Amino acid sequence: MMQRNPLVLGNKNLADVSDDICAPLETFPGKGWVGLFLSAKMLLIFYIITLAIVVSTGMGLLGVNHPNAWGTMIVTFVFWIGIGHAGTLISAILFLFRQKWRTSVARTAEAMTVFAVMTARLFPLLHTGRPWLDYWLFPYPNQRGPLWVNFRSPLLWDVFAVSTYATVSIVYWYIGLVPDFATIRDRAKNKLRHMIYGALSLGWRGTAKNWSHYEMLYLILAGLSTPLVLSVHTIVSFDFAVSNVPGWHTTIFPPYFVAGAIFSGFGMVVTLMTLVRIGFPEFKNYITLDHMEVMNKIIMTTGMMVGYAYASEFFVAWYSGNIYERAQFIDRALGDYSWAYWCMISCNVLIPQLFWSKKIRRSIPAMFTISICVNIGMWFERFVITDISLHHDFIPAVWRNYAWSGYDIGILCGSFGMFLTLFLLYLRLFPAISIAELKPVLNVGYEGKDGGHH
Amino acid sequence: MAAKYKIGMAGIFHDERQVVKAAAKVRESGYTKFDAISPYPIHGMEEACGINRSWIPWVTFFAGITGCFLAWLMQWWISVVSWPLNIGGKPFHSFPAFVPIMFELTVLIGSLASVAALFYACGIPKVNPPVIDPALTSHKFAIFIPSDDTGYDEKRVEDLFRQLGAAEVKRTEF
Repeated sequence: MMQRNPLVLGNKNLADVSDDICAPLETFPGKGWVGLFLSAKMLLIFYIITLAIVVSTGMGLLGVNHPNAWGTMIVTFVFWIGIGHAGTLISAILFLFRQKWRTSVARTAEAMTVFAVMTARLFPLLHTGRPWLDYWLFPYPNQRGPLWVNFRSPLLWDVFAVSTYATVSIVYWYIGLVPDFATIRDRAKNKLRHMIYGALSLGWRGTAKNWSHYEMLYLILAGLSTPLVLSVHTIVSFDFAVSNVPGWHTTIFPPYFVAGAIFSGFGMVVTLMTLVRIGFPEFKNYITLDHMEVMNKIIMTTGMMVGYAYASEFFVAWYSGNIYERAQFIDRALGDYSWAYWCMISCNVLIPQLFWSKKIRRSIPAMFTISICVNIGMWFERFVITDISLHHDFIPAVWRNYAWSGYDIGILCGSFGMFLTLFLLYLRLFPAISIAELKPVLNVGYEGKDGGHH
Repeated sequence: MAAKYKIGMAGIFHDERQVVKAAAKVRESGYTKFDAISPYPIHGMEEACGINRSWIPWVTFFAGITGCFLAWLMQWWISVVSWPLNIGGKPFHSFPAFVPIMFELTVLIGSLASVAALFYACGIPKVNPPVIDPALTSHKFAIFIPSDDTGYDEKRVEDLFRQLGAAEVKRTEF
């Protein structure tokens, strides 16, 4: 039989696991974390100010104009919501497939999901231009005559899909955290810490009956999240596919968007995990090179799926014989925005091919660089889909480029400030690896040595 | 939430396999109200303690169906009864367009109800429940037999725990 590589290195025992994972919560942060946190926070403040100016002045400050009615806000919304998908894939889908390696990365990937969705959902709310009226998005009895939302619109489906996704992701993440909060509560040396984590742990006690219900609930939430995550990006793609703009109106969109979402999300997971490994060297025993290698393989696979979708779009544009569709795709490759298109192709399809080499798959600097390329490429993919399609639709008289302004750049960069501030706080306040889930897989790969676990 | 806690005897174990065996033995000795406490779910513990399969999936199932049905009812009532609006000549009751929201509400209500069921089943949230040993959420295991269990006798319980390999036996509240 093939010997499995250990999931956790360094022959840890149960107490070591609790000590190692709780260490970042129980020690003072180092200079590196403080430096990163202050920079992220500065960026967040800059973001808040930019958004305040945009909201109080109006959407005209951004580059949106006719015919490019959707701009940075929508592009960046799709970008962030896509990133969230990898977290749910790791925590729910790989859980259903009994992939034990997911345990070490699941918590942080889920945290990434929650923060990415929080960052993302601001955009459509602000894109409405009058965010103080956003409650109109929900169907509720009102005094404006019987005036309701239109249930035939994919934009409304999106309201429900993203709200449900945000709620269920947060609940799933929190339920996973409850036993670990109890661990921190019982380790707490000072009263305040005991009180806060005691409240967060909801008084969890870990009896066999509790665990039995808990494991069942965890399985159910994984089972519900799996179709949910697929539905969310499917519905996001409907926002485009249900309209008749050339370049948008294609049936390939749902699987293409979901594959792209997983691709970009794993890119972000690898970016964050390399940083976590540098910031907390002890975590290298838990998030091992084997874990990183598996994720790099997924990046390469989904990268090729996305590449297949790009090729298939071109083929269908030609094969359909539709002149608008053909003109659109010639414009993508050779028009004013061809630089964005080729940037997308090289970052998403060509560069991940480097992962065929085992050496590169297991090299931290290489995977960090490639994951950054994936992030950039996937932002451009959404830009290509949204704005290259819009700027070059049916009538040449209305063709116009997107009028980039400083506010567009401010919003795009600032959103990283929001995400990173939340993520850095999470690393210091919550256990970044699931303690209770890791302990049962501690013996994987050590079976030959101490008689085995089950 | 003012929960009632019981007095009883707790045996603390240092080894996972030991505590599973001990739980099975305690059950064989005729105790029914005992509890096994562990920092993580242990494979085989449910069988050892004789715990039935969790009933939470039933809650999920019926809550999910309710969510799905309510979503359909809401969309039908709004689009057909309250505000019949002709959009592109589509039928008022354009069912296929209602499916995505029906799906989303199935998932939303199904999962929130399941979480509520977990809270009910485990009696959480609890404020400051008694802790037998702080290491029980880290690297130790315990079996607790409450004083109202059949055939409870402090001496007998203590002997049983010692015999099963408990590292420590104490009288405690849980």
